[in-house]
Amino acid sequence: MHIFNPDSLILGAAGFNAGDMLYQLLAFLVLLFLLRKYAFGPLMGIMKEREQHIGNEITEAETRRKEAETYLTQQTEALREARKEAQALIEAAKKQGEQQGEAILQAAREESNRMKEAALSEIGREKEQAVQTLRNEVAALSVQIASKVIAKELDEKSQEKLVDDYLKEVGEAR
Amino acid sequence: MEHGAVTAEFLGLSFNLSNILMITIASLIVFLLAIAGSRSLQMRPGGVQNFMEWVIDFVKGIINSTMDWKTGGRFLTLGLTLIMYIFVANMLGIPLAVVIDHNLWWKSPTADPAITMTLAMMVLVLTHFYAIKLKGAKEYGGDFLKPMKFLFPLKIIEEFANTLTLGLRLYGNIYAGEVLLTLLAGAGTAGIFAGVLSFIPMLVWQGFSIFVGAIQAFIFTMLTMVYMAHKVGDEH
Repeated sequence: MHIFNPDSLILGAAGFNAGDMLYQLLAFLVLLFLLRKYAFGPLMGIMKEREQHIGNEITEAETRRKEAETYLTQQTEALREARKEAQALIEAAKKQGEQQGEAILQAAREESNRMKEAALSEIGREKEQAVQTLRNEVAALSVQIASKVIAKELDEKSQEKLVDDYLKEVGEAR
Repeated sequence: MEHGAVTAEFLGLSFNLSNILMITIASLIVFLLAIAGSRSLQMRPGGVQNFMEWVIDFVKGIINSTMDWKTGGRFLTLGLTLIMYIFVANMLGIPLAVVIDHNLWWKSPTADPAITMTLAMMVLVLTHFYAIKLKGAKEYGGDFLKPMKFLFPLKIIEEFANTLTLGLRLYGNIYAGEVLLTLLAGAGTAGIFAGVLSFIPMLVWQGFSIFVGAIQAFIFTMLTMVYMAHKVGDEH
């Protein structure tokens, strides 16, 4: 094993070379320039682009969410409206049905009343007519009796008998 | 265990060819990783893109913890490049060290103080630059006299201390890790008994080096942002 040369410990392996420094500086600056132009520039560009893209996506997603919420509210509102309408329709139909039933019932009642009235008045008229007929007949009978009495000139006894007979006859006919 | 290095002269400057190689490799790996992460960009990330985005978020977190994003946003690329480059550079020396003819070729570039100090100085210069740019020269100069005027010398010292600690902390951690790995590897090749004996410590130390490398990359980036916030922020 060799022993270290103290010089090499302090100044590296090969002493001091000014050219190295110049070369290192130049190399670093060239590297910096090349990296900026060909690597980091585009890379940072795409990172910024992605950042914007993500930002846009988030904004869009938020907009979509808001839209969806609006739609949901609208749909709920529409559903409630429809339900209300249906309820109203049913209600109306029920009411109409009731009214119609009532009306039919009313009409039927009126009709029956009218028919009853008509029947009653018919009966009354018939009765009147019958009474009238009877009266006429009685009058005719009376004239017949009178003419018979006059024609026969009966005695008091037979006349009485005759009247009785006739009255009986009328009574039976009645 | 002492390794030399191949140096070359160019335009009056000396270059350690091993450092040049490793800096290039580390930069290349970082670049390829980043390109792999951003080659086919998708809104739904997967694979490497996911990892790169995680790194970006991580550095964003570091910056956000030191200053507000309005001023800190501009340092994101700097922080990303720093953390990735330093992490990759730290990792390079862990699995192997290539030595050819007693010259060390494959190592962590951050195991050289010149390299780490370069990065540290660059960061400090950048903090001063952005302080002047964002707050104006007058307020920038005025900050050196706050909170007390007699603290001015300390403020100057602080700048140097910041630079030194920032650079040397990274260097020290990584270099120490490599030295110990080299020692263990040397023990491993010395003989069968020593090899068996050093296998477990080697394993442990490599795992620890990965941890240290990651932590140091994070600390370097974090401190960069702290210094930056210290200079740029208005809370003082």
